Amino acid sequence: MLKDIISIRDISKADIELIHEKAEEMERYISCGTDLAQGKILATLFFEPSTRTMMSFQSAMQRLGGSVIGFSDTKSTSVKKGETLVDTVLTMEKYSDVMVIRNPLEGSARLAAEVAEIPVINAGDGANQHPTQTLLDLYTMKKEFNRIDGLRIAMLGDLKYGRTVHSLAYALSMYDVEIVLVSPEELRMPKGVRKHLKGKIPYSEVVNLDELPDVDLVYATRIQKERFADPNEYERTKDAYSIDMETLSHLGDAKIMHPLPRVSEISREIDFTPNAIYFRQAMNGIPVRMAILSLVLGVAK
Amino acid sequence: MSSKKLKVSAINNGTVIDHILPGKAYAVVKILHLERYNETVTIASNVTSGKTEKKDIVKIENRVLSNEEVSSIALISPEATVNIIKNYDVLEKRKISLPDKVDNIVHCTNPLCITNHEKVRTRFKVIQNKPLLIRCEYCERTMDEKDVEKVLG
Repeated sequence: MLKDIISIRDISKADIELIHEKAEEMERYISCGTDLAQGKILATLFFEPSTRTMMSFQSAMQRLGGSVIGFSDTKSTSVKKGETLVDTVLTMEKYSDVMVIRNPLEGSARLAAEVAEIPVINAGDGANQHPTQTLLDLYTMKKEFNRIDGLRIAMLGDLKYGRTVHSLAYALSMYDVEIVLVSPEELRMPKGVRKHLKGKIPYSEVVNLDELPDVDLVYATRIQKERFADPNEYERTKDAYSIDMETLSHLGDAKIMHPLPRVSEISREIDFTPNAIYFRQAMNGIPVRMAILSLVLGVAK
Repeated sequence: MSSKKLKVSAINNGTVIDHILPGKAYAVVKILHLERYNETVTIASNVTSGKTEKKDIVKIENRVLSNEEVSSIALISPEATVNIIKNYDVLEKRKISLPDKVDNIVHCTNPLCITNHEKVRTRFKVIQNKPLLIRCEYCERTMDEKDVEKVLG
């Protein structure tokens, strides 16, 4: 098992399967808790805001019987005084047994893992990686469909800047799946990722949502306003790639996932349909992060 | 003057980097930080030699390049040759080849990469030799030949 969880590139299919197996075991401890990580301390170093990731790591650690210290913005820390990331990491590791880090600079988690002796988990380094999101996305697919192999998965929206879809596409290339990429021309999946997929798994690209073939799953993403120079262009694009009841009528029983937060890309009434699985997806962050924490701490049974 | 006479005179001791891609001698100078070198450095650009096409040459007096430095030249001009000269004779011909990793030779082009914000030795994995493609081991962005030349200034 890996000491640190930094990038999906470092993680093998066997690692993913082990994490999923442990996550499944953790499900039974969600309501009653366990003492697997009793006496262990998790440090959460969040240099930028997060709701789901930080809270679910904290919840996961507490359900494992461990405790949590940390910060969720840098205002009250020495980072404000100009302390380097390396110094912050070297200090925090003296107070804890495992560290979760989110920092807007890309490669920051890799650097933290190199200097820290305790395990480091990347909770997002800028536009680069967010491996635990990918691991919980894969776990959600496995749980909902009982398999990952054989699925036909559409990725929808901003495929250019969304780190989640890059990591997910990379991870899915280890499975026997088919991917349909749905995005406007200016938000296409980057060349590097497409190049990686080529020859590994079949994939196709479509521009309009109504050209989408039958799929098992739609992975929707948020289209961010700041990516557009022209606000009108943003409004048009956002509407063209959002899912409402009308869109849903063409999607059959395809399940809909979303890394959240969503803004307007999935309308509220979709939440009450059997297609919507994004809140269950968010909930899966708990057993998956419990599994990851217990494995890197070496306390997994 | 004989027509066969070299335009760049031979050196007594040091290193001759020959068959550099035309126009790339300046990039070689930068990657080896020769602008800070106190002894004679001769740069010849767009030299026509025999029937071969144009090439650049860099001669560095009284300095033998390290293996790491020789490897770094491959980022700029993989076809170049490196000769170590002693008493006007070629003591050793070094083969240029890119290692698997490019260690602390170039900066990352990504302004948001941690290596541009903290004191870190840069490290890139060589993904492809021709055309050149390297990936930053920190931010995971790739750089091609043009990006490499850009970060040399």
